[in-house]
Amino acid sequence: MTENNSTASHISYLEETGGRSGIFKWILSTDHKRIGLLYLYSIATFFIVGAALGVMMRLELMNPGQQFVKPSTYNSLFTLHGVIMIFLFIIPGIPAVFGNFMLPILIGAKDVAFPRVNLLSWYLYVIGAIFALSTLVFGNGPADTGWTFYAPYSVNTETNVSMSVMAAFVLGFSSILTGLNFIVTIHRMRAPGMTWFKMPLFAWSLYATAWIQLLATPVIGITLLMIFAERLLGVGLFDPSLGGDPILYQHMFWIYSHPAVYVMVLPAMGVISEVVSTFSQRKIYGYKAIAYSSLAIAFIGYFVWGHHMFTSGMSGPARIIFSILTFLVAIPSAVKVFNWIATLYGGSINVKAPLLYALGFIFLFMIGGLTGLILGALATDVHLHDTVFVVGHFHYVMFGGTGFAFMAAIHYWFPKMYGINYNMKRATSAFWTIFFGFNVMYFPMMVVGVMGMPRRYFDYLPEFHIPNFISTIGSWILSVGLLMMIGNLIAAFRKRKKAVDNPWNGKTLEWSVNTPPTLLNFDEIPTITKGPYEYHEQ
Amino acid sequence: MSSSISNSAITAVHQVDEHRDDGASKLGMWLFLFTELILFGGLFLVYSIYRLMNPEAFAAGSSHLDVSIGAINTIVLITSSATVAISITAIQLKRKKLAINLLLVTILAAAIFMVNKYFEWGHKFELGLFPGGDAFNVLEGGEKLFYVLYYFMTGLHGLHVIIGAALIGWVAWEVKVGKQTHDNFAFLENAGLYWHLVDLIWIFLFPLMYLIA
Repeated sequence: MTENNSTASHISYLEETGGRSGIFKWILSTDHKRIGLLYLYSIATFFIVGAALGVMMRLELMNPGQQFVKPSTYNSLFTLHGVIMIFLFIIPGIPAVFGNFMLPILIGAKDVAFPRVNLLSWYLYVIGAIFALSTLVFGNGPADTGWTFYAPYSVNTETNVSMSVMAAFVLGFSSILTGLNFIVTIHRMRAPGMTWFKMPLFAWSLYATAWIQLLATPVIGITLLMIFAERLLGVGLFDPSLGGDPILYQHMFWIYSHPAVYVMVLPAMGVISEVVSTFSQRKIYGYKAIAYSSLAIAFIGYFVWGHHMFTSGMSGPARIIFSILTFLVAIPSAVKVFNWIATLYGGSINVKAPLLYALGFIFLFMIGGLTGLILGALATDVHLHDTVFVVGHFHYVMFGGTGFAFMAAIHYWFPKMYGINYNMKRATSAFWTIFFGFNVMYFPMMVVGVMGMPRRYFDYLPEFHIPNFISTIGSWILSVGLLMMIGNLIAAFRKRKKAVDNPWNGKTLEWSVNTPPTLLNFDEIPTITKGPYEYHEQ
Repeated sequence: MSSSISNSAITAVHQVDEHRDDGASKLGMWLFLFTELILFGGLFLVYSIYRLMNPEAFAAGSSHLDVSIGAINTIVLITSSATVAISITAIQLKRKKLAINLLLVTILAAAIFMVNKYFEWGHKFELGLFPGGDAFNVLEGGEKLFYVLYYFMTGLHGLHVIIGAALIGWVAWEVKVGKQTHDNFAFLENAGLYWHLVDLIWIFLFPLMYLIA
């Protein structure tokens, strides 16, 4: 491990090279902060690629009839968009970037428990990413199955499904190692006095997430390996014409992929808890309720997978049970929303970009959550299944939820991570552009979905034209907003306005260390005596 | 299994220097083993469902497997689990030479297991009982599924045997050069844990594939 005894002066982790130079001080460093940034840059890159694919899909759907791409190309577009956004952006997103960077600092540790495994998981991420993107060049084009790889089509199609499922397999392994690292870190490396209920809520949410990553990901791993074997050997594990059962594939897939939705959203909720508390300068309302609700969501989330399959052949009682469980999972989610709002109530609210993104999260996540209940109810789901409504709902939860939380997190921790400030005014206008563009883009999808437009088609009936047209305009506004946001953050590196140690008057540990933090984060491991959000005791 | 020996050993060892946390490495290993169990758990789930759907075909497929080779392999693996466990005790008693020899016996057992596996698979291939083979192609759907799962599950397990043996080889080398000692043997214990897992999975695979008919 990198041991450096020159703690007398504060050398930031960005200046600490560990005797390496150039790119090697990044790709060989086991410092959790550098690894967090490695993830940030790679994840941001793939987010831009995925978003560009999304914009292309919207362009195709702008008007009825074929516009720019062939139907088969469109199928590859939405598959690649899904694979990139799910496996390369949302699942690793917040844990791998902000969890890696902040978790050790938040619990008063020098690093994660297994720094080398941490770096290994980034390498696996890169290998998985290369696999996923290599389908653009090798084989018969990228997979055209949708990110769900449903059998039997996925075992029969000519496109390069094998490489895509191997990509998801390797990325799953990377995700498992991150989760494993976080669990051990939280169990073994908390500072003296940092009891479980003195941990910041972001740490709690990462803990709940890590268990899902650990216990759910192997299921998809083995399922995708079976798809791979089936394609390689021409055997019938899931293909009904060879004796397999395609419904079984759907079960296996969703046993992982529904809990994975909570891998995507739980850390986001953790970020929102931090931001809401700091920017209302108030102790978070119902700390324990939020902490427990993370665990409750993680737990119940294992038993709701069947709601993806209401229309694919399942017994009546099974459907009713899955539907009830789906409604149950809404309760802990709502507990969190109520707690955030109660925290804001009576606080001295400081409306800055991070809080705006957090409020955007609460608003959009509520829409996403409530439309989820419409889909979780059996009667309405039969009508809405596989319509664009599902796409709208999903993006409200994933982009409006996790995506906005990601942006809240980067605006919240940016000064700490780099020691410089971004332009707040531009950050604010970027937020409003993104927020406006987002709703213009995704709300019409709900409308046109209720009207009956199916998802995953490159074309549609003329009566669906207006909402689709509006949605495409929204995608442009959203893109402009995202570019404004990214441009503003990059511009901060040119201006280099120095950030203070604690710009938002936060109470959690990361605001007590140097900006940017030193290699070992703390000069001396602190002893914790207070809870994470004690604003009144000043 | 022999984990009781190794469990009592954990308590004896505490953190020696700042960067070493044997408890953490052990916890990490256990968590990793959970993921392995769930990986195979997925396969056991698929096996159970297809077995339920095709009980006769699975029984027929199972009756063609060679129970005696399976039984020998089971004994070989259980013995090798014991030798790993004893080597962990041996190193605590500072009997380095014995510890290394026991690890080498474990690797030898892994090799015997794989050789048996090779002959077993080889025989099936001669008969054309493999995906794409003549005898395989004329089987009905359920029996095909049985053989596919047989190859898939024992193949994945065989891969784990190889990985486990490589791990044991590495750890034996570390014992030899003095990196694993009587008060610093977390890696040896973790490798042992992994080997027990390989053993444990086989203990489920053997009855599922060979015995239930």
